[in-house]
Amino acid sequence: MSSTDDRAADGRLTDWGIPGTYVFDHTRSRKGYELNKLAYSLTDSANREAFRKDEEGYMARYALSEAQKEAIRRRDWLALTKEHGGNIYYIYKLGAATGTGLYHMGAQMRGESYEQFLTTRGAKGAR
Amino acid sequence: MARIVAGIGSSHVPSFGPAYDAKKFDEPDWKPLFDGYTPVKRWLHEVVKPDVAIFVYNDHGSDFSLDRVPTFAIGVRDEYEQADEGFGTRPLPPVKGDAELSWYLAEKLIHDGFDLTVCQEMKVDHGLMSPMPLLFAHDPGWSVRVVPVVVNVIQHPLPTALRCFRLGQSIAHAVREYPKEIKVAVIGTGGMSHQLHGERFGHLAQDFDHRWLEFIERDPEALCKLSHKEIMAAAGAESVELIMWLVMRGALIGSMRVQHRNYYAPMTTGMGLISLAPV
Repeated sequence: MSSTDDRAADGRLTDWGIPGTYVFDHTRSRKGYELNKLAYSLTDSANREAFRKDEEGYMARYALSEAQKEAIRRRDWLALTKEHGGNIYYIYKLGAATGTGLYHMGAQMRGESYEQFLTTRGAKGAR
Repeated sequence: MARIVAGIGSSHVPSFGPAYDAKKFDEPDWKPLFDGYTPVKRWLHEVVKPDVAIFVYNDHGSDFSLDRVPTFAIGVRDEYEQADEGFGTRPLPPVKGDAELSWYLAEKLIHDGFDLTVCQEMKVDHGLMSPMPLLFAHDPGWSVRVVPVVVNVIQHPLPTALRCFRLGQSIAHAVREYPKEIKVAVIGTGGMSHQLHGERFGHLAQDFDHRWLEFIERDPEALCKLSHKEIMAAAGAESVELIMWLVMRGALIGSMRVQHRNYYAPMTTGMGLISLAPV
């Protein structure tokens, strides 16, 4: 098996030579398995309610690393997808359960405020 | 004998859902999207009148989870409920299936070398539901039955673009031999350019999208040569969904004409639409 991980000339982690991109391959899917499993469980409204009521207790149901739990507590969407094996489509369910819209998640991943991010878009009414 | 009467390539975008349900058809920032679909919906409804739509899409971690990831899967139900993607479901009727055609296709395709996972339990997410009401009437019930074909475009390794095209060719051969006199539309969904994760979130590539819309019609074999990496590097990581349009294109054997084309990229996704008619 080949890895998609690669190092750019300056030593930064880059996947397939594409900047700012974290390919969801075997390495990430194995690392993020429990994290994505938790996120997937939030497609059930009773589970969303349980998560909102007791986030720590809910996280304890899954074999997450402490770093993964911390990234969930911090709502660190970039770290979840970049470092912890989260797949964006699953992590999006965590966003939904915590009241964070996709564009808010995206702005944070870009290192921008929501307002800054919106200035880069053509027709902001189509949200 | 059954006939393929239309091929549609369409983006599927979650935001279509709430915008459609809130009837934002004439809001300035949504109008270019909805107006683009109007002639295609009318053409399907008044001219083509398909009995069945073979809908090629991907699940987004809404019904399928990572415990098992089928590369290709087919629903074989007579009805499909919507998946809850974290926000509840939309006020639309359940999608009507065609279990008989689904099982027929499963057998034909598997015997032709495409080993689809056969699903008697399956819910459909925005991959299918976001373009569905833009293309088909749903009041009081859907105007078309659906055969859902699900492609893994999320967890690598993904099927190649060429493999998707060949799946479409196999679908076309199977449909032609189906003994019932039905009309079939094939819908390939996904893309166009977009990236939803990482610092590159929001990447758009409108030139790439326009070239794709041209090539899907006149030279799909060129698109089949693109690697996942080439598509993702050019048009954003999540744009690799576009390979599902090639299933649709593979199913249209012989000459055809473009009936309609639309493109609009207001936020983070190139929203493309093409309708092809066999001639």
